[in-house]
Amino acid sequence: MGTLNGYLLVSGLLFTIGLTGVMVRRNIIIIFMCLELMLSAANLTLVAFSRFGLVNGLPNHHGQLLVFFTITVAAAEVAVGLAIIVALYRAKQTVHVEDLKSLGG
Amino acid sequence: MLLFGVGVVVNRNPVASALCLVVSFVGLASLFISLDAHFLGIIQILVYTGAVMVLFLFIIMLLDLKEEARRALNAWAVAGGAVVALCLVGTLLHVLGTFPKGEATLPPLVVPEGQTYEDTKALGTLLFTEYVFHVQVIGLLLLGATVGVVALSKKEASK
Repeated sequence: MGTLNGYLLVSGLLFTIGLTGVMVRRNIIIIFMCLELMLSAANLTLVAFSRFGLVNGLPNHHGQLLVFFTITVAAAEVAVGLAIIVALYRAKQTVHVEDLKSLGG
Repeated sequence: MLLFGVGVVVNRNPVASALCLVVSFVGLASLFISLDAHFLGIIQILVYTGAVMVLFLFIIMLLDLKEEARRALNAWAVAGGAVVALCLVGTLLHVLGTFPKGEATLPPLVVPEGQTYEDTKALGTLLFTEYVFHVQVIGLLLLGATVGVVALSKKEASK
């Protein structure tokens, strides 16, 4: 590795793993973890492009700040999402998405 | 790192899944550091493997999910996941194969004589000058999230 394509490939594969996990798994907590995996894959792409697209010989710090904000928002999202999962578990006693059909009509 | 990413999906036990995710995130942080984004690498470890994963493990322990390990997978979901994964990998390989700029190797950083590259300082300067409004918005968002989480758990507790 060391080329831009190498980093992009790793990022894309990580995103694919996350997306597959979201589609295949039925445990809502694992689906949530796979969402985090996808977010991090996008972050890796941003950092790679910021490092390879030099501005005056330095990495593009605007891209890195976007990653910083993404991490912050992701942390808040995890907190809220897990609180919702706990509330859901208390109401339904399950974390399997196939048992949650009350919105399906 | 990718291996442990697969481990997150494949593992039946949520605790093992979460631990695989920790290792995967540490690998990702090392990639950040290899890209000279030291600050983001440290933040990744602190926030994700520190705070977020503790939260995940705490919730898994709280809900006591051990007994849910056995259940047949939905064949359609597995097939759909495999198809989407294959399509994505195919597209990825095609796009990267026709991306000539992607062959670039890591370009060297240009820093003035007698100085070292300090990305934390540069990021901090940018954060509190150009992006100060965004920081305030993020602060408001975090406040909102905190209040929301407290409200969510409180309502359930009083039931």
